[in-house]
Amino acid sequence: MISKLPLTQNINAARDPVNLETYEANHGYQAARKAVLEMSPADCLQVVQDSGLRGRGGAGFPTGMKWSFVPMNTDAQGNHVSDGHKYLICNADEMEPGTFKDRLLMECDPHQLIEGMILSAWTIQADVAYIFIRHEYHLASKLLQEAIDACYAKGYLGKNIFASGFNLELYVHSSAGRYICGEETALISSLEGKRANPRAKPPFPQISGLWGRPTIVNNVETLCNITHIIRNGADWYKTLGIGQDHGTKLFGVSGRVKNPGCWELPMGTTIRELIEQHAGGMQDGYKLRGFLPGGASTDFLVEEHLDLAMDYDVIGKAGSRLGTGTMIILDDKTCPVGMTKNLVEFFAQESCGFCTPCRDGLPWSAQVLDDIESGNGIPADLNTLQNQVRFIGAIGNTHCALAPGAMEPLASAMKYFADDFKAHIDGKACPYSTESKAALASAGVN
Amino acid sequence: MPTIYIDDKSYDVPEGDNVLEACLSAGIDLPYFCWHPEMGSIGACRQCALVQFRDADDEHGRVVMGCMTPVSEGARFSMNGMKASEFRKNIVESLMLNHPHDCPVCAEGGECHLQDMTVMVGHRNRRYRGKKNTHNNQYLGPLINHEMNRCISCYRCTRFYNDYAGGTDLSAQGAHDHVYFGRQQDGNLESEFAGNLVEVCPTGVFTDKPLVNDYTRKWDLQSAPSICTGCALGCNTSPGERYGKLKRIHNRFNNEVNGYFLCDRGRYGGAYVNDENRAKFAGLRADDGRYNAIESQLATDTLAGWCVNTDRIAAIGSPRASIETNYLLRRVVGGKNFNSGIGDHEASLVKQISSIMQIDSVNTPSLRQVESADAVLVLGEDVTNTAPRLALSLRQSVRNLAKKMASDMRIAHWQDEAVRVLAQDCLSPLYIISMAESRLDDVAKRSITMSATDIARFGFAIAAELDSSLDSIAGFEPAHTQLIKSIASDLSSANRPLIVSGTGCQDQAVIKAAAAINRALNNSNGMLSYCLNEANTLGASLMQDGSEASLKELCERASKGQIDTLLIAENDLFRRAPHQQIETLFNNINNLVVLDCIDTETLAQSALALPSSSFAESEGTLVSSEARAQRFYPVYQPAEQRQSSWRWLTQLGQSIGLESFEKFTEFDNVTASCADDFAVLAGIVEASLHGDYRYRGMKIARQTHRNSGRTAMRANISVHEPQQAIDNDTPLSYSMEGVNGKQSSALTPFVWAPGWNSNQSVHKFQAETGGALKGGTPGKRLFESSSASSAESDRDKIPVVEIPGPFEAQQGHWRLLPLYRIFGSDELSARSPAINELTAAAFVEISVDDAETLELLDGDGVLLSLPDTKVCFEVIINPSIANGCLGYSVGLPGAPWIAPRSSVTIKKNHAWSNTNRDNKPAKIVIEPGVSNV
Repeated sequence: MISKLPLTQNINAARDPVNLETYEANHGYQAARKAVLEMSPADCLQVVQDSGLRGRGGAGFPTGMKWSFVPMNTDAQGNHVSDGHKYLICNADEMEPGTFKDRLLMECDPHQLIEGMILSAWTIQADVAYIFIRHEYHLASKLLQEAIDACYAKGYLGKNIFASGFNLELYVHSSAGRYICGEETALISSLEGKRANPRAKPPFPQISGLWGRPTIVNNVETLCNITHIIRNGADWYKTLGIGQDHGTKLFGVSGRVKNPGCWELPMGTTIRELIEQHAGGMQDGYKLRGFLPGGASTDFLVEEHLDLAMDYDVIGKAGSRLGTGTMIILDDKTCPVGMTKNLVEFFAQESCGFCTPCRDGLPWSAQVLDDIESGNGIPADLNTLQNQVRFIGAIGNTHCALAPGAMEPLASAMKYFADDFKAHIDGKACPYSTESKAALASAGVN
Repeated sequence: MPTIYIDDKSYDVPEGDNVLEACLSAGIDLPYFCWHPEMGSIGACRQCALVQFRDADDEHGRVVMGCMTPVSEGARFSMNGMKASEFRKNIVESLMLNHPHDCPVCAEGGECHLQDMTVMVGHRNRRYRGKKNTHNNQYLGPLINHEMNRCISCYRCTRFYNDYAGGTDLSAQGAHDHVYFGRQQDGNLESEFAGNLVEVCPTGVFTDKPLVNDYTRKWDLQSAPSICTGCALGCNTSPGERYGKLKRIHNRFNNEVNGYFLCDRGRYGGAYVNDENRAKFAGLRADDGRYNAIESQLATDTLAGWCVNTDRIAAIGSPRASIETNYLLRRVVGGKNFNSGIGDHEASLVKQISSIMQIDSVNTPSLRQVESADAVLVLGEDVTNTAPRLALSLRQSVRNLAKKMASDMRIAHWQDEAVRVLAQDCLSPLYIISMAESRLDDVAKRSITMSATDIARFGFAIAAELDSSLDSIAGFEPAHTQLIKSIASDLSSANRPLIVSGTGCQDQAVIKAAAAINRALNNSNGMLSYCLNEANTLGASLMQDGSEASLKELCERASKGQIDTLLIAENDLFRRAPHQQIETLFNNINNLVVLDCIDTETLAQSALALPSSSFAESEGTLVSSEARAQRFYPVYQPAEQRQSSWRWLTQLGQSIGLESFEKFTEFDNVTASCADDFAVLAGIVEASLHGDYRYRGMKIARQTHRNSGRTAMRANISVHEPQQAIDNDTPLSYSMEGVNGKQSSALTPFVWAPGWNSNQSVHKFQAETGGALKGGTPGKRLFESSSASSAESDRDKIPVVEIPGPFEAQQGHWRLLPLYRIFGSDELSARSPAINELTAAAFVEISVDDAETLELLDGDGVLLSLPDTKVCFEVIINPSIANGCLGYSVGLPGAPWIAPRSSVTIKKNHAWSNTNRDNKPAKIVIEPGVSNV
């Protein structure tokens, strides 16, 4: 019986992380062995394309299509001919506020990721791969390195893996710690030892990426999915989702719920099920005001959206994004203006400083929000903020997607919580401040 | 030519351009910051936004950056629509959040691109209520002032400094709205091209420090088209003056020569003209050895009296004086009594070079053509120190491989970051064979060092490798044999190979070896470039018919008592020959007459000293090392009795009744007469528009139309405004009246256009943005290679040479290698205070092994035994110097002239300490009524 929740099938909080022996006992590395020995890169690509897998890093771009842009040099017999390095990079720089799904995968089942990387590297014929990991993920970093060492020892990595003639070197690279490194081209710049500035596209990394060579950057969860897609096939994979999208997804909920956490669930699970069933509903005394469905850079949704399925296009139509699928809850005792200000300040701080709307526009927005929150706002500030949303908020206005992402919670907060903004300005104070203090006091917190 | 639509109007635009370039070329004022015509696009500032529509029916469109969007047939854009113009307004408002309101005290004010763009987009009201960010400023050396608070983070500075010019000590630091552009710590900016930051920075972060310290707004500067005298490349400059002082030098765009950039020697090297010690009055030496100031007429009459007997006079010209000055001097004394003043050994080298350059098949490249080379060999020349701007061009040439790779991937050449990312460290081959390490080594495929003799030998071996009909040269170590093969292979497979050499080694064989390689390549696209020392070295050398006397001959004649009067124009002979030889020469002369604009040891020995005007106060023609004749114009009127050397000489000629001197009162007539007399110089009359050029009857204004205080400038002296000076020799006027902008762009005193007060306005003077100037490129190349002539048919014209044997170190003797320095080796610029601050003391460099043998450490002193003197130098241990050789600094203050290729004995000077240097150049002061030594 193949698990319906493949990504976490080996994960058990009561056990140690899965080691190579255990992993192999559970069919580990069979897919990798089979692929490099029996499947052509084109076959693998076809399976991934057929599976309908969409990138789990937040943008939801179809993985198979992303890979198909990598130039493949083949000879008359269809064998791959190398004309230089190609790179596969695992984006493990998980820094989206409220997101902690990749950490779970890496800390609990590192071999699943490594096998996914072998399969992905084989598909695009990359000979060098990197795991670009968030600086703070010391444990994951250590466990991954141990797993990689074990693989090298058994010939699953390095030269001539599985005696197939295929070579793959895999390195763990700890980031110096910038949110912008989650942007794939900024990640590449950083990996090259340069300032972590995103790059203009085109050219895309598939053509000119790391050190000017064809490069694929995928999220940890995306790569973990590859392991199971190749192992069990596209048709099987398609049966996993219960909505429009295929497969499963690690969903998370944080905020004032009874049971915050991270769960693997079928794509298309409703938001209500996620919050009420898995997260246990709101804590006593708190009501749901809204939520960011996919991390800090997604638009707020509110109660009316609770029955929507967590699918890329469904959430997109509702005016937000599935993002990383890890939800942040806004309750009725937390100031939405304060929360938005906190988010915009985060993004202003994490701007790489390259393009004007982001570098200067975000601090400006944060300053206006700070004025409003502290009771110094004026009515014209709302126009200024709306203007900033238009000015910064569209992809193409800025060099990369960071600033438009930052504008998503702001734009939607101004839409759904307009009364709160007005109350701050009219009352020249944050209406939540005393209540918040009282609530904290009653909960026994100083 | 694709057609694009902007606000529903159609424009035919150049294929391959981006939309911003296309707009500017079409005369549309699309604001921008980070894009630079020479450095391409990165899309950082987002200022040049337009709205692009999918098709004619699309009503919404999306914001795109003009600089990042290629032109394509039928593309539709809105520039003036609400969405686009509001977006651009927002950008400026964002940039201004942290920008201080210090325009009134900012050196950029009045020529600030940020001011221009702010006005252009119409941003007026500030909505931001927060605090501004503030930064600490750094000390960046004597050339550049740093004021980080003004920064708008366009990244132009680091892109120029690091990406374009190869600097390493300026960087973007920090992140978000705290990005800081500076060094890791205070200190001199290391790049020789740092001064360009002044013009590259769109606001007042990097400003010209000497200007800041003695400030004048651009609109109050009086300017004229000029030519840099810092080296032989002939970069075009635009010096600005106020109150009789040269305030600053800006780049003057010349598509084929310097483009948008100058070196720091050129930008900061002109301030010597403000030296208080420059003579203002003619001085006649009294019996007690002091000078008495005399009237100009008396000076001319005295001189005329000394020149009556034309058999007993002689004259020495100068490679730093104009063609016209040299010509008139030669006319006064006749060819057989004339010496070019280049110095005998150097003159023979230059003669060799000029004869090679005149071979039909030899193509001497302009700097722009240098940038097109796809394989380069530098043979013996330390380009950064002898022809600095050429080093910047060579640095661009190595990027041709990157551009080709990009073109193969259909990435536009202006996609600057994408091209760099794609190519990473892939560079077109540049090989450097030199005497010591060079500042281009970081982009060289290989660079090796050896003695000058071995460089020549190495060069001939490359030629032999390329041309099997030549005798091969044996005796190289295996690694060198392999290198010779690689160089030959890269050069022969290149489309546009370039060989760079010059007089830097002071070695005939090196010059000939470079020519031999060029011939052996037998490639009609091949290029051969020689570096020369001074602004008119080539011009002075070309003005010869074989009758001229060598310096040595003149010395002999003087020693026989055959010369009564010796005229020297703008030349310090102590920089050309051994001290003793010149002392003796002067002792044998009754009447030594020296015209000069600087105070030199030679001037100090004169019986009659005539104050001539500098490049900034006179006109003249210079022939650059690519044989481009170019005209410089007076920026302002010379003070007191100073006048151009050519005027002094015209007056002299008229006084003694020389033929045709009566018409030499007009400058163009001097040029024309010289062109008539020397066929090789025939082109100099086309170097520039003539003095009678007018635009619709108008002269060209040297002053801006806003020259605010001109009527008040002298009010402290007299409230009567003096009449504006008349300039009969040039099409320029000493006035704010006249044309600026519509005349031929070759005659542009300063760049300005309505709404464009900064130097970014240069595109208004270009036929196409980034391309040639309207009305053509200034200057006239005297020789052009002829495609009809192949290298094969010119074979006989290439000098034959005996290939030198390998250099062998002699026990106890060291072979001298001349080492040049960008700051200090050039006589004129070294006198500018800012350059002087960067000038090292005279030094010698020795290999690690030899230093060990002599028990020398860095900073020790050594005594060099020269034929007539012993001199002490500071020692620098340099691992790149060949054993048995001793590099010595050429021309630095405190060092005597040293005979080329000589061998010396040296010993450690135990008495040496770093403090006993005397860097001070010779000084004389001549003031009316005051005498001085």
